[in-house]
Amino acid sequence: MAKIFIYPATSLILSDLVSRHGHTPLSSAVAIRERVQTAGLESPPLQITPEEPKKGLKWAAVEVPSGVRGRMSLYGPMIEECEAAIIINDADFAFGCMGCARTNELIKFLLRQKDIPRLDLNYPKNEEEGVKFVAAIKRFLSELGGKK
Amino acid sequence: MTDYTPTHVGTVTKYVVVESFEVTPADLAIRGYEISNGAMIKETCFGLVVNGKEEEVDRIVNELRKVDPDHIFVKDRGFPPGDSRRCRANLGGARPGYHGMEYEMTVIPYVSHGLEELKKRDGAAVSAPENPLEHPVIDITTLKKLIDAQES
Repeated sequence: MAKIFIYPATSLILSDLVSRHGHTPLSSAVAIRERVQTAGLESPPLQITPEEPKKGLKWAAVEVPSGVRGRMSLYGPMIEECEAAIIINDADFAFGCMGCARTNELIKFLLRQKDIPRLDLNYPKNEEEGVKFVAAIKRFLSELGGKK
Repeated sequence: MTDYTPTHVGTVTKYVVVESFEVTPADLAIRGYEISNGAMIKETCFGLVVNGKEEEVDRIVNELRKVDPDHIFVKDRGFPPGDSRRCRANLGGARPGYHGMEYEMTVIPYVSHGLEELKKRDGAAVSAPENPLEHPVIDITTLKKLIDAQES
């Protein structure tokens, strides 16, 4: 069972297909849950404290906006931990504000720098593409040792 | 600054999203209540939110999947159900994160079709999807034809 980083990190489809094939999806919900369930100082809504941009310095330089560094404190550890990645390249809804957009670019860059198996896809736009999409993910995950 | 005391510590929350012609969120909720042993189940417009100990939630989710395996999708959620920081009952408007799910719901029928088809077809025989990172270069003969067409 491998740990798979999914991009967009909130993707329902990728999260489901990865766990369906017996692997662990690394999604933003897991990182947020960790913070929401840890006691400390009240910092709503996501319990992101001023400490997070400092932790983010590991992945982004000090002149990078704190929004990017704060977000990287969520995603950085997961990128380091992951053993493979599935990236959807036309996920326009993940754009968000500039903090999200730049973080997304940095996430994709770090995943491509890392020497791990990686699957790049686009969202399917018709039924036949849907078959190819699911088959590609299934092949990729079974090559990592998941259930057939 | 005030102290923060978390609730539902040590639990996991999962979304069970149903996109089916045969099963409704209400059907799933009834099935969920039948098999639940201490987990919190909330019915929503798109499916269920299940919260509880990890093993219990996984058991419930695995059972619910059996109802319509190709049309039920599951993902993790960071916040417990009804959390005032996320619940739209407190905030008004769509829940943050709903728009992403709303977009994916437009694609999910194709994924469901893919899951169904791959039960009938050999997955190895299905060709690979287009690689989004490849930018196909136009070959020289086609380019020449295009130039000639423009000039004439």
